[in-house]
Amino acid sequence: MKPLFTAVAAAAGGLAASAVPAAAQSIDETVNQLFAGSTGWFVNFIFSPFPGTSFPWIVAWLVVAATVFTLYFAFVQFRAFKHSIELVRGDYSDPNDAGEVSHFQALATALSGTVGLGNIAGVAVAVGIGGPGATFWMILAGLMGMASKFTECTLGVKYRNEYDDGTVSGGPMYYLTKGFAERGLPGGRFLAILFSIFCILGALGGGNMFQANQAHQQIAGIVGQYPGWITGVLFAIVVFAVIVGGLKSIARVTEKVVPFMGIMYVAAALIIILMNADKIGWAFGQIFAGAFTGLGVAGGMVGALIQGFKRAAFSNEAGVGSAAIAHSAVRTKEPITEGFVSLLEPFIDTVVICTMTALVIIITQQMIIDPATGNYMLNEAGTAVATIDGNSGVSLTSAAFASAFSWFPYVLALAVILFAFSTMISWSYYGLKAWTYLFGEGKSKELAFKVIFCIFVVIGAAANLGPVIDFSDAAIFAMAVVNIIGLYLLMPIVKRELNSYVSRLKSGEIKKFK
Amino acid sequence: MSKKFVVGYDGSEESRRAVDFAASQAKTSGAGLVVAHVLEWSPYSFLTPEELAERHKRREEELARAEKAVMGPVRENLADSGVKVETVIKYGHVADTLNLIAKESGAEQMFIGRTGQNGLSARVFGSVAGSLAQTATVPCTIVP
Repeated sequence: MKPLFTAVAAAAGGLAASAVPAAAQSIDETVNQLFAGSTGWFVNFIFSPFPGTSFPWIVAWLVVAATVFTLYFAFVQFRAFKHSIELVRGDYSDPNDAGEVSHFQALATALSGTVGLGNIAGVAVAVGIGGPGATFWMILAGLMGMASKFTECTLGVKYRNEYDDGTVSGGPMYYLTKGFAERGLPGGRFLAILFSIFCILGALGGGNMFQANQAHQQIAGIVGQYPGWITGVLFAIVVFAVIVGGLKSIARVTEKVVPFMGIMYVAAALIIILMNADKIGWAFGQIFAGAFTGLGVAGGMVGALIQGFKRAAFSNEAGVGSAAIAHSAVRTKEPITEGFVSLLEPFIDTVVICTMTALVIIITQQMIIDPATGNYMLNEAGTAVATIDGNSGVSLTSAAFASAFSWFPYVLALAVILFAFSTMISWSYYGLKAWTYLFGEGKSKELAFKVIFCIFVVIGAAANLGPVIDFSDAAIFAMAVVNIIGLYLLMPIVKRELNSYVSRLKSGEIKKFK
Repeated sequence: MSKKFVVGYDGSEESRRAVDFAASQAKTSGAGLVVAHVLEWSPYSFLTPEELAERHKRREEELARAEKAVMGPVRENLADSGVKVETVIKYGHVADTLNLIAKESGAEQMFIGRTGQNGLSARVFGSVAGSLAQTATVPCTIVP
């Protein structure tokens, strides 16, 4: 015993002596190394490219799925677009159901979970690396993704659990179990468990730590650098008050401010675009030319395509399965109506908001063009397009808006913080639903998850844990792997619902109330 | 179909006066009385995911509470008034929903109390009495 004890004591003493000055640093590094070592294989697997290319298979997985659903449902996203808007307006809502969750409310809540950093920072990354052409592919991916959302949200409502006390739980874990059982397919329960595990990891990572981290970066960017854990603790207290303390007022304020911020963001973008009205034609020319030639960006046309597809998927989460959880609470006799409503989500998120960001960056000419060739110049490393002041990510978006309104970066920072907060609230719920699916419903079990969630807020804001963030992104995409397998196998059920609904709509059995 | 009067009731002192007045009017003209309670609700408000999941449960609870705390006492009070009383509880925009109830029940007249609010809040938010004065589909008596 003694030699071992001595050795441990000596090691501890040595560690203490050497590590004191940079204690925090070494903890971060240790966590990073441990985490990267144990999860690196998973991250590498999820984001690995097809052999001999730089095209990640997971992006192809999402885009192929979106294309399959688009064709299988015969372009439902365009055919049903008008009907979707009528549903959101409440034209088909029975006034006797007033007081229940409306289509509008389900859509607004799901949107506040997806609109966020992806729309502001993600697009800047896409355009910064893939050039203007990435916008074209991003819009295309957004339009296709509408069909994925349609499929998953219909199933989410159809196979939700309704409990005796009147509450509901829905989402991929429920349709994977019940839908598979209904079709006599094996493995539903296994996929549901797998999905739930990835969903919890995704909720703690991309839906929490990443958001807390980015919110801290924004605040620090304005008031100057200070320790991240302070932001973390403040955020954790507010999140705790909302999800554990049931302090709905804070959440309600956020839920009201977030749509307002979204509208303000789009309005500011539109104003900037109109101020540069003479360049609109040129900007679209750049987008189309870039989409098929790359206009000199790293990786050419394929580079633009990968960036566009990847960022659209990151931003609108179509096929990931998260939205199916939020949408499943709506009060409707027809599950398909929620599918129609949800297909507006990628449209608003990607086709409208992301495109606005991209247009503002292009039109304010943040990216440097070589006057001799008309192509974009690359930065020194040759990895991205050279920008004025070398901005990238959220600072590129910020600079683009600041070129028109010098005060806009402050508004943008506030928007990022609020978007981050509302995304965290949404994902805390998605994670909770996955958690209760695995461990059962119950006050103490739910509290355990909520407390863990709050702890991760602090961790996320305190440290810049690159590998942890990578891992959580990978977990969100792993959700899509499981979810889309389920969607392929269950899409005939959605088709049956669709055909039945359309024929009843035509025959006048389903009537407008307004 | 027998004659019907609709009266808006929210449990307040003012609305109680409206119910009393409506009841006496109903009695003299031999009409039935529809006591309507509207829970303010907009389908365009924003809720958290957790609130969405619990909404149906909350709605049931709110309806049960309104039935017990608001409608119970008024039904008791009117029990020996000699007027046939129905009660309706609905969600929605108060003035619009009162109009809807009047239409659905085929009422000939409507009675409401007024809260007596004036100044800024009435200007900003409008008042039920104010909007009904503009939009009522049947003669509407505002009881002071």
